Amino acid sequence: MSSLAAFSCRLRRYYLLYSLGFIVFVCLLAVAERFGLTPHWIGQIFLFATIAIYASIGVMSRTSDVSEYYVAGRRVPAMFNGMATAADWMSAASFIGLAGTLYYAGFEGLAFVIGWTGGYVLVAILLAPYLRKFGQFTIPDFLGARYEGHFARVVGVFAGVLASFVYVVAQIYGVGLITSRFIGIEFEIGVFVGLAGVLVCSFLGGMRAVTWTQVAQYVILIVAYLVPVTILSYKITGIPVPQAVYGRVLQELGVKELELFSEPRENAVHAQFRARADEYARKIVDLPESLAAERIAQVQRVNELRTTGASAREISGAERALRDLPRSPEEARLKWEKVRQDSLARSVNPAAHAEAFPGADAQSKTSARNNFLALTFVLMVGTAALPHILTRYYTTPTVREARRSVFWSLFFISLLYLTAPAYAVLAKWEVYSNLVGSSIATLPHWVASWARTGLVRVEDINGDGILQLAELSINSDAILLLVPEIAGLPYVVSGLVAAGGLAAALSTADGLLLTISHALSHDLYYQMVNPHASTQRRLVITKSQLLVVAVVAAWVASMRPDSILFMVGLAFSIAASAFFPALVLGIFWKRANKWGAVAGMVAGLGVTLFYIARTHTFFGGSMEAAWFDINPISCGVFGVPVGFIVTAVVSLLTPPPSAEVQALVDYVRLPDGEG
Amino acid sequence: MSNTDTRERAYWRATLRLTFVLLVLWAAVSFLPGWFAAELNSVDFLGWPLGFYMAAQGALLVFLAIVWVYANRMDRLDRRFGVREDN
Repeated sequence: MSSLAAFSCRLRRYYLLYSLGFIVFVCLLAVAERFGLTPHWIGQIFLFATIAIYASIGVMSRTSDVSEYYVAGRRVPAMFNGMATAADWMSAASFIGLAGTLYYAGFEGLAFVIGWTGGYVLVAILLAPYLRKFGQFTIPDFLGARYEGHFARVVGVFAGVLASFVYVVAQIYGVGLITSRFIGIEFEIGVFVGLAGVLVCSFLGGMRAVTWTQVAQYVILIVAYLVPVTILSYKITGIPVPQAVYGRVLQELGVKELELFSEPRENAVHAQFRARADEYARKIVDLPESLAAERIAQVQRVNELRTTGASAREISGAERALRDLPRSPEEARLKWEKVRQDSLARSVNPAAHAEAFPGADAQSKTSARNNFLALTFVLMVGTAALPHILTRYYTTPTVREARRSVFWSLFFISLLYLTAPAYAVLAKWEVYSNLVGSSIATLPHWVASWARTGLVRVEDINGDGILQLAELSINSDAILLLVPEIAGLPYVVSGLVAAGGLAAALSTADGLLLTISHALSHDLYYQMVNPHASTQRRLVITKSQLLVVAVVAAWVASMRPDSILFMVGLAFSIAASAFFPALVLGIFWKRANKWGAVAGMVAGLGVTLFYIARTHTFFGGSMEAAWFDINPISCGVFGVPVGFIVTAVVSLLTPPPSAEVQALVDYVRLPDGEG
Repeated sequence: MSNTDTRERAYWRATLRLTFVLLVLWAAVSFLPGWFAAELNSVDFLGWPLGFYMAAQGALLVFLAIVWVYANRMDRLDRRFGVREDN
């Protein structure tokens, strides 16, 4: 114990020094910016300095010991494991996307905040201490031991790899997005730069290197998240604690919303967008004739401008419009439908920020509420079933530390989730009160520079020269990145935010890649194909799997799949319905047996996948086939109960598990004692 | 039945009781404010509408408290039943 205490003390000193060093580094960059360091260089320095830090931690922690490689030697103190879990957990979606989701969805977006934190209660009291006592290497390990044999293990490997893979693609995609936007390198190259950063860690030192890197990444990501919003809060309210004071701003925002929503000019803009939506609806019905007519009209316009000697800018604009015309009726249908939907959305007022379950009638309100609760449930149970999070609790020294570690995880995670709603409210207040209603000619500089990326769009549809709320559209991923500029902060803060987003994406990608490669090499190869493999051979296999998975993930990400966000949402439902019932019943119900568990996992997963296919347009389904109006993202709400029921029923119909398995259950339930 | 057996059984029963109570609390905090959000929103809490506050902060703080209480209570149970791991 004393050596552990000394280790923990040493770690605390190192990371304190590291954090101070990082803050000094940011301050130095801020000074350098004053003296003329360009944004381009600041972006590059941030990217390469942080990746260099992660890489050197990776090199310092390299190891070829199996226990070190898979579970960091089981000596990660509770607080540090908490930080590593937090970094592991908070992905590019949490860091970049959540503030924007909350900006647009208001109250309804809070399902993500409750869901992604409440799951840790389930981890703490139902899973983490028992998995730590079990003390193997992976989650399929537990399924294989508890449910006697390879069948449960294989289902576990399949579901774990499926859920983790879509998630890791999203992270690498996020890395590409951040590097290309802030450093100005190409998206595809950005993907591979990020990949190199991930690999240097996990490849050399496995869980050990990833753990210590994740702690370092947590420090960067939380500093980057808190700094801009704290300054913005100080500017708006005079108090630099956004989490405590945004309630007042929310109240004022409510007043502002009422004022804006009843403004006559705003309503005129709505009418114009509605007219545009109708026009496109007509054009879609008249395809393909409407496309041909459109082309003739555009050609005529170009010729007309040329013969009348219009300005070069006008001519090139008309030529571009002609060039961008859809090439085929199918393309036109998709493109125009998008415009129609967008115009339709802009033809009504957005919901008030704090309003719970807005809707035209009682039925749509009820359906909004059911979906809110279903999404909360799925995100919670999914959190408690994602293998890359659960394996982190194998790495603490004791059961007691595992319990404390969940507290620290939730604490460090909450720092971000308590702040995200404040981000949304403060940014919205700035936009509603300062941007909307000002003259379009004098908009702040950042509007134009972001308009070039297409993430911010301003369209003066009524031609009055004043910006109405409906005339402004901001991509939801851009909200967080915009806050430093809205607050008028120096570029170094934007660079810091980008570094934070990168840390969030890389740390999650690291954890996920390890989970996938361990599942393939440890569970499939070592446990099933070749149980006599030497230690060295096992590590070689693991590392080569890691490389293959990483390259495949980067390759998929570089194709920029549109559906990636939707798939990430599904990862929670998949993990929840496949793992949660089997894990929980495996610990709390001795009678659960192999047949029950396998049937439950397959049935839960089956119902979930069936529901997605039935309701999601991606698979040709439609919401008309929905049960209780539940959206496809929450499909796990059906899969989880089915998993529980099927496991119970099938277990009771088949013989009870063997005496050894019953002894194993007794063993994991007690913190002390041998098996 | 040996002595250790009854002791371990008692430990497990106490664990289950604690787990159950905290699980009920978790479920209540997770789903009740969401169910009644529209009604709670008419109450003002330090500037926030209460329904919004519960989802944005209140629930998180209760979750933290639950996990904290669990870790401490289990610690005490470990000691009382003498099942604490010796390092």
